[in-house]
Amino acid sequence: MALNRDFIGRSFPPSDPYEVSRVKIREFADAIGDQNPIYRDQEAAKAAGHPDVIAPPTFPIVVSLGGAGLADPELGLNYAMVVHGEQRFEYTRPLRAGDVVVCTSTITDIKSIGKNEKLVIVTEVATVEGEPICKSHNTIVERGA
Amino acid sequence: MTAKVQYTDVEVGTEIAARSYPVDRADLVKYAGASGDFNPIHWRERVARSVGLPDVIAHGMFTMAQGGRFVTDWVGDPGAVVDYGVRFSSPVVVPDEGGATLEISGKVEEKLDGGKVVVALTARSSDQKVLTRAKAVVQLA
Repeated sequence: MALNRDFIGRSFPPSDPYEVSRVKIREFADAIGDQNPIYRDQEAAKAAGHPDVIAPPTFPIVVSLGGAGLADPELGLNYAMVVHGEQRFEYTRPLRAGDVVVCTSTITDIKSIGKNEKLVIVTEVATVEGEPICKSHNTIVERGA
Repeated sequence: MTAKVQYTDVEVGTEIAARSYPVDRADLVKYAGASGDFNPIHWRERVARSVGLPDVIAHGMFTMAQGGRFVTDWVGDPGAVVDYGVRFSSPVVVPDEGGATLEISGKVEEKLDGGKVVVALTARSSDQKVLTRAKAVVQLA
C-alpha cells in the first residue's frame, strides 16, 4: 500500500530520555558476540582515552529503532511487510555509559521502488544537555504484495 | 582514541583478513532481547514463511553488528569508528539445523585527511552478498 507522502519532512517529538548503562552495553556486546574489553571494562576504556565503557557502533539502534511516529495509522505502514533496507551511523563522539540521550526523528523521504515503498528516517541522538552524539539514517522497505 | 593501526602503515588496497562468524537461532533470540527488535520473522519459522521468506532470517542489524565487530577488531578501539553504513542486499537465512555462517572481509578503499580511512566490507552468507555499500570511516593512529 502506498505510504502517505504527507509524512515527508515530518519530525516527531523527542523521545523520553534514555540512560545508557554499563549493563546494557555489556548485554548488547554479548548478544553480538563481541568480547572487546572497551565495552566491558572501565580500566580498558580509560586506557583507550574514554571516560567510561563505550557502546558498539550499532548500539544506537536500541534507542533509535523506528519510533512511535511510524505507528501512526495515517502513515499506512504495514509492519509485517517491513524489512530493513539501509542503515548508517555518523558519529560526533562515541556513545558511552552514563550518557542520558534523547532521539529526535524526521522522515526525510518516502518513495516507491517497483512494488515496494521506501521510507528514510533520520534520527539525531544527543545528550539531554544537547551534546550531539550521532545521527542515524534508517531506510526501511515495505515489501509490496 | 587509541587505534592500534597506524595511518602510515596502510595503503589503498590494504586487505583485512577474512573472518567467519557463525549465526544460529539462539544468537537471534539474544539479539532480539538486547536490541528490542522482537519481529517474529527473526525467530519463528511459521511467521517468516507466511510473509514469503524462505525461513527465519537474521536481523539486518545483527549482520551489520558483525561487520562492525570485524572493523573494531582490526582497529582495536571501537571509538575509532566515526561513520558506518550498509545496505542490506539479501537476507541471512538461518535454518534451525546448523544455522548460517557470515563470511566478512575488508579492504582499505580510500585514505582521507586527518588520519582517517574508508574501509569497504564484503559480507556473504551461502554465497549471497548480504551487505552492499558497506563502508566504515575509521580514525587511525
